[in-house]
Amino acid sequence: MDEAFIEKLLNRDVRAVARLLRWIDDGMEDARQTLKRLYRHTGKATVIGITGNPGAGKSTLTDQLIKRFRKRGLTVAVVAIDPSSPFSGGAILGDRIRMQDHSLDDGVFIRSFATRGHLGGLTNTTTDVVHALDAAGWDIILVETVGVGQDEVEVQRLAHTTLVVMTPGMGDEIQAIKAGILEIADVFVVNKSDRDGADRTVRELEQMLDLGRGAKPTLGEILHHGGKVDLSEQAEDKRIAPDKWVPRIIKTVALRGEGMDDLEKAMDEHMEEYKKACEDSSFVEARLKQEFVEIYRRTLLNRGWSYLMSEDHIKGIIKKMKDHSSDPYTLAEQAIEALGSKG
Amino acid sequence: MTEKRKLRILVAKPGLDGHDRGAKVVARSLRDAGMEVIYTGLHQTPEMIVSSAIQEDVDAVGLSIMSGAHMTLMPAVVKGLKEKGAEDIMVFGGGIIPDDDIPLLKEKGIDGIFTPGTSTEKIVEWIQQNVSPR
Repeated sequence: MDEAFIEKLLNRDVRAVARLLRWIDDGMEDARQTLKRLYRHTGKATVIGITGNPGAGKSTLTDQLIKRFRKRGLTVAVVAIDPSSPFSGGAILGDRIRMQDHSLDDGVFIRSFATRGHLGGLTNTTTDVVHALDAAGWDIILVETVGVGQDEVEVQRLAHTTLVVMTPGMGDEIQAIKAGILEIADVFVVNKSDRDGADRTVRELEQMLDLGRGAKPTLGEILHHGGKVDLSEQAEDKRIAPDKWVPRIIKTVALRGEGMDDLEKAMDEHMEEYKKACEDSSFVEARLKQEFVEIYRRTLLNRGWSYLMSEDHIKGIIKKMKDHSSDPYTLAEQAIEALGSKG
Repeated sequence: MTEKRKLRILVAKPGLDGHDRGAKVVARSLRDAGMEVIYTGLHQTPEMIVSSAIQEDVDAVGLSIMSGAHMTLMPAVVKGLKEKGAEDIMVFGGGIIPDDDIPLLKEKGIDGIFTPGTSTEKIVEWIQQNVSPR
């Protein structure tokens, strides 16, 4: 590994970081080798997730948050995610449009990503992207999810504080929103609150939160799961958040910067609560476990995949299925065993 | 890791004119051809475009200019990229560009010029032939 390149990364060199993020996004081996070197420099940044329906104003809110953090003298990196077209695999990434005021500020770095088929609101490698930006020394990392609104619960695993952005006038739709998106919020932002129905939306959210209270599993319940390490997908998405925190509901008009003081205060309060929760080592361990499981699954999948594709292993397997000389269950087991023996 | 390289193209509108239809049509065609297009909106200065191109680690920058200012704005982007050590990012452009200007622009490092009437297929084809993931 090129020492000069690592040095540049750790000193927040924009070109080097931009390059590494491309390697990560494109799944290149260089990215993995670099991330191994960077990991011990991570853990300093504050990661904030921003999710919510399309058109709720996530990018405009992100823009406002950048301003706020810059005023405090903090550097900010933005990870803005938009969907890839399932047909062509291409994408139009337009989140930067609303953040152009910061394009000449050295303390702000904005990078757009396409989901490339990944579901859950992030991309397959957002964890790696956050590690890279963290190690490079950005103080704040804002992760803005795709914005389809239903299943974007992944971001809360990565973020210290998760904002769910909604707009008034959704009426009964709030009821229809899947429990997931409500449960992941540390702070609800009712944006465009100059529109009719903002107070009603706030009331409905309050009711939903009241109903949901008590149903939330405690950290102890999540951790002790029969003493086993739970590697299921559900375990990965389980919410590990400060027990005592009651989600705040904040009204904003992001376009005009209204309500941002309240939002900033709520976010600060949550971060304090989060830091308190970190004094409990089992809280930190639970978050680390989730992080590891995600990387472990991805590594397994990638290695398994490259084995299948190398030396035409997949062709042999298909042939055996075709002439019924073996079955896909046995063949899958054999392929995994072969993987292990390869070291 | 499994490699999945994709072309990343920045489509930008420098200068003061507000006609972004062409830029949007091109952005869509590139997306439909499987590329990732970063669209930055109207009224960009060359400095802003250079900064976005570097942060986004794009392979090429496409500039759309209808105001007649292409002779200053297009070379300014090429120069800006060079100053930042990013001369490996290709620059192409389109808009109302008189034939006489084309050789001059090519001399100044604008690699592809597309005048009104060019089909989007032709632009896609040019990118696929001339640009590869860096």
